[in-house]
Amino acid sequence: MIMMETGTLISYRKDTILSGVANLWQNGNQGIASIVFIASILVPLFKLVVLTLLLTSVRSGSTWGIGYRIKLYRIVELVGRWSMLDIFVVTLLAALVQIQSFATVKVGAGAIAFGAVVVLTMFAAREFDPRLMWDSLRKEREYE
Amino acid sequence: MPSGESACCSCCGAILYRDLPDSINRSLALTVAAAILYLIANSYPILGINLQGSGNAVTLLQAVHDLWGQDMHLVSSLTFITAILVPGLELTMMLYLLIPLYRGHVPPGTSLIMRLLHTIKPWGMVEVFMLGILVSLVKLLQDFKIVPGVALWSFGCLTLLLAALASSFNHRDVWGHLDLKQRRGDS
Repeated sequence: MIMMETGTLISYRKDTILSGVANLWQNGNQGIASIVFIASILVPLFKLVVLTLLLTSVRSGSTWGIGYRIKLYRIVELVGRWSMLDIFVVTLLAALVQIQSFATVKVGAGAIAFGAVVVLTMFAAREFDPRLMWDSLRKEREYE
Repeated sequence: MPSGESACCSCCGAILYRDLPDSINRSLALTVAAAILYLIANSYPILGINLQGSGNAVTLLQAVHDLWGQDMHLVSSLTFITAILVPGLELTMMLYLLIPLYRGHVPPGTSLIMRLLHTIKPWGMVEVFMLGILVSLVKLLQDFKIVPGVALWSFGCLTLLLAALASSFNHRDVWGHLDLKQRRGDS
């Protein structure tokens, strides 16, 4: 979805997150491009995958790789906030680039959806109780 | 517990207690410095742009306000909460706690404030915002002449100070004071 619309005298562009990254990359800002790529694409994806994995493993009562899973959980809690990056960038750009008739930046609908993803996954990560994992381990030990 | 050491959970390795020397003095100093920077960072323009003579510069609050005006309520309130409201609240509450503690008494409502601090903590995202400023800077450099504002530097320093504050503040110290007060009240 469209994250940002940029209009100047000579050009008009609609950017999604991915095309924004590609654009930065082509203009020789590989470092910044990879930061944005990690923060706004890899991190949310990683979060969704890990949370799903953790929840299904807790539901099935599996004790497999519990040490790794607790580490994964901490990583998710730690990195989740960084996906707010694009929201801040869009805010700043949309407010700054308002020179009449020369250039304008408008926030697209994609930003709303993106913001919602970040907030919802942060809530999800906080609601999850890592102790549930240890519960299944204890149950298994009691059986033995 | 010996000074400067920490205890970990034997099961999952999470840090349970840490001994932080001189925590209240250090935290108070950092909080005061951070509060001053916070005020500067929010009242001066972050970035200015310049294109063939006409330009524009915004503070953070203006940016949020502009976005609200563009009917982007969710995005603008998200920015407002995470970059302005929560850090501000956090600093105010820290000051409210630390100044009386520094003077040797415990302010009313301490436990409530400690719990609130813990709840809102993940929603303060000054460091993410700082990276956001830098990314915007690079994006803008392609088309415009950039005038960095005072707030840019203060946000940078604020990020560092908040990180230092988080690592110097010891929750157990505050609870210890509260405990002491209650015991004194009983006897």
